[in-house]
Amino acid sequence: MSHNPKQSESNPSRRAFLRAAGLTGATFALGLSNTDLLASPVHNLSTQPGLAQPETLLAESAELTPYVLIDKSGQITLMNPRPEIGQGTFQSVPALIAEELEVPLDKVIIRQTGGEKKYGGMWSQAVGGSGSIRGGYTQMRKVGASAREMLIKAASDQWNVPADECYADNATVVHKPSGKKLTYGQLAETAAKLPVPKEPKLKDPKQFTMLGKSIPRPDVPPKVNGQAKFGMDAKVAGMLYASIERCPVLGSKLVSFDAAQALKVKGVQKAVKVERIMGKNHYEGVAVLADNYWAALQGRKALKIQWDHQHHDTFNSADYEKSLRNLEKADGVVGHNVGDFDKTFAESPTRLEAFYETPMVSHSPMEPMNALAHYQPGDKIELWVSTQGGDLVKDEVAKVLKVSPDNVTVHVLFNGGGFGRRLTQDFATEAALLSKTVGKPVKVVWTREDDTSLGPFRPLTFSAMRGALSADGKAVAFQHKVISPSIDATMSEKYDKTKPDGTMLEGTGEQKYEIPNLSTRYVHSDIHIPLTYWRSVTSSTVAFAHECFLDEMAHKAGKDPMAFRLSLLTKDTDAKRMMTKLKEVSGWDKPLPAGKGRGVAQWEFFAGLAGQVVEVSKNKSGGITVDKVYCVIDLGTVVNPDTVKAQVEGAIAMALTAATKDGITFANGRTVQTNFDANRMLRIHEMPEVEVHILAEGGPTIKGVGEPGLPPLAPALANAVFAATGKRIRTLPFDLEKV
Amino acid sequence: MAAVKLTINNQAHTLDIDPQMPLLWAIRDVVGLTGTKFGCGIAQCGACTVHLDGNPIRSCSFPVSAAAGHKITTIEGISKNGDHPVQKAWIEHQVPQCGYCQSGQIMSALALLKQTPKPTDADIDAAMQGNICRCGTYNRIRQAIHTASAEMTSAPKLPKSAPKIGER
Repeated sequence: MSHNPKQSESNPSRRAFLRAAGLTGATFALGLSNTDLLASPVHNLSTQPGLAQPETLLAESAELTPYVLIDKSGQITLMNPRPEIGQGTFQSVPALIAEELEVPLDKVIIRQTGGEKKYGGMWSQAVGGSGSIRGGYTQMRKVGASAREMLIKAASDQWNVPADECYADNATVVHKPSGKKLTYGQLAETAAKLPVPKEPKLKDPKQFTMLGKSIPRPDVPPKVNGQAKFGMDAKVAGMLYASIERCPVLGSKLVSFDAAQALKVKGVQKAVKVERIMGKNHYEGVAVLADNYWAALQGRKALKIQWDHQHHDTFNSADYEKSLRNLEKADGVVGHNVGDFDKTFAESPTRLEAFYETPMVSHSPMEPMNALAHYQPGDKIELWVSTQGGDLVKDEVAKVLKVSPDNVTVHVLFNGGGFGRRLTQDFATEAALLSKTVGKPVKVVWTREDDTSLGPFRPLTFSAMRGALSADGKAVAFQHKVISPSIDATMSEKYDKTKPDGTMLEGTGEQKYEIPNLSTRYVHSDIHIPLTYWRSVTSSTVAFAHECFLDEMAHKAGKDPMAFRLSLLTKDTDAKRMMTKLKEVSGWDKPLPAGKGRGVAQWEFFAGLAGQVVEVSKNKSGGITVDKVYCVIDLGTVVNPDTVKAQVEGAIAMALTAATKDGITFANGRTVQTNFDANRMLRIHEMPEVEVHILAEGGPTIKGVGEPGLPPLAPALANAVFAATGKRIRTLPFDLEKV
Repeated sequence: MAAVKLTINNQAHTLDIDPQMPLLWAIRDVVGLTGTKFGCGIAQCGACTVHLDGNPIRSCSFPVSAAAGHKITTIEGISKNGDHPVQKAWIEHQVPQCGYCQSGQIMSALALLKQTPKPTDADIDAAMQGNICRCGTYNRIRQAIHTASAEMTSAPKLPKSAPKIGER
């Protein structure tokens, strides 16, 4: 994580985020929801977070507790602080509460929180860093357990019997000796007045009925019948649709615009200037507002705009990449330093050096960026948005509009993908600013071209690798020098180039390999293109260099790549257990037929730990087919195995796209790729078979799910290509058909 | 502007809109059926897939005027209770992650199964290649199509051929 202590307020550091994700104390108590809800269609809302919520609910329950609401009919509502972006938190997080509360998940209503203070500080209602379960596993169980104990206390008080003679089951408290029962609905009002137990007794995991089991996700049925509401689907009466022309040459300034033709398009109401804000970056654009989106798009095309490109129109990827290559010998800033790399390297009989390159890529969630904002009298503003953090939206909109966060109401809807892109709230502040300007609700919808060409992007990273082997073929020195632009530097004015950039060196010093002399260095290069976190952040690129170079060392030593790695993992670590399991489940020692090859890689970083073996075949007509990927993901504790498998499948698809498709490149200051025709994504016929094994053997640490399945794929694939063809891939992306 | 007459999910609509407006926006913004999604606007991703007289089309790149007089079916129109065999198979295999592309995936799968009731993997590759899923649910889509195919082509009940949740 970033070692930069000074972070811009509007771009909280990843480290701050992870700290919050891990340590946020969930406040808990039992709430009694307003009985008026009985008359409202609340029972239909379990599948539609945000959009259709009764406007009054959150305000009216404010005096009660945030996460568990029970009305007199017994209807239980669980508040889910972690947005659903496809990763399954709409099931996994409420399940943590429901398990301890002793209620089946299909009987509860699940709602998304909207960044309200009562659900914790900044980043506690955000999803990223694979942190929802890592951060919430115990806290959210305690929420459910506290509520359960309060309900039991309320019942035992009423019956005048000892609490330990009572137990909770299926939303009912039972007095064991007499068999008397009271439902949660009957108890809720009394229970809500009781003090909240600080250290409630948690269930013995052996008694779990939900956690650790592949429970079907409640968001799946509405996602197969068109009823699930995404930000894109939000609508309020009287809203205008906005499409915004921003200069495709990032960093340009708006000189002037002529909207005369745009305003002639039927349905177009207005054309106004609007700012796009991301950390230190302020971009200007012109928004066309219309009665329908199509008209807004037509109006936008009719705009005449003069831009001052600020000389950014000469920027191109070829030159920028060359400038990074020229930094190969730069010292950079020291990250990790174990032993004496320089001395050992100089004295070793066998030395290797290699240079690795990875591209900038887009996030490209299937739902383009969008937000609906309604600015109202009294500086109040309400937003409906697909976001990775309701709290992030609330905070950012409040800052940009210079109002109190209390004035900002956020409805978090299902996200049509996130992958890190929706941790940046530029689209929400655009809608907020426009609604304030025009005095009407405004829905901003980005085109796919906007989404592809305007960033923020995953940074490209280049890696200068050096390694040394002892006479008996052991890895004795290893250096990973990352040469790249920096996420933090593109977002924050306070970036300090003299400090090691933890985000850009992510994971490089965290591998458990027992190499006595390890050195990591960071060489920074400026860039004016906005960059941000992308699923598994920098691990998604530096793991490629790290784990391919280790493979090169293994081959140089004349050793099997798996055996070479295991020889560096002699201590009792999770990495060793995981790799041992991977060797077994992948059938590593079983010879493959001619024309096939397998490669291995593993990666451990802040989000977790996983290893993969990739099997490839040489095609008769040339090129490579990816046949199968075996993955072992180490979690410690698993909440929903099927969701974990789905996440690993998805991470593999995303990693394969980043490794073998187009990436984002620049020419004349603009992205060469603007849509899925040139920024190609993996398609169904290219998806390999995937076999996922989950290690969940307990222990104090819970590791993340969403990201760890990603970093090992590219290096394992490249290592497999080497095994099959003898060709060493050191530059991503590479075309599988042209290997 | 002109009056465009559309039949969507067996319901007639008369819309006063630009005839050049893509069918997608007419369905979403004007008629108000939001299950059909906007993904790329250039017929590259398939999120906007609907049926025109039973054939899959990319509604983002199809002028609404060209749809007049034809029967349009959207995800909302394929079953009353979300229990079409394809939908049930999608649930059984827990296909969706973010879910945004899945309306389009299902509409493409339905069209495939109508034309090829027992598709091979190669048939699935050919028919489903136009639909991008960024979450990477492809293997489950494939399994779900096989499951739906078995259900739709067999007399009353059939043992499920594909693995269930948890058995993968």
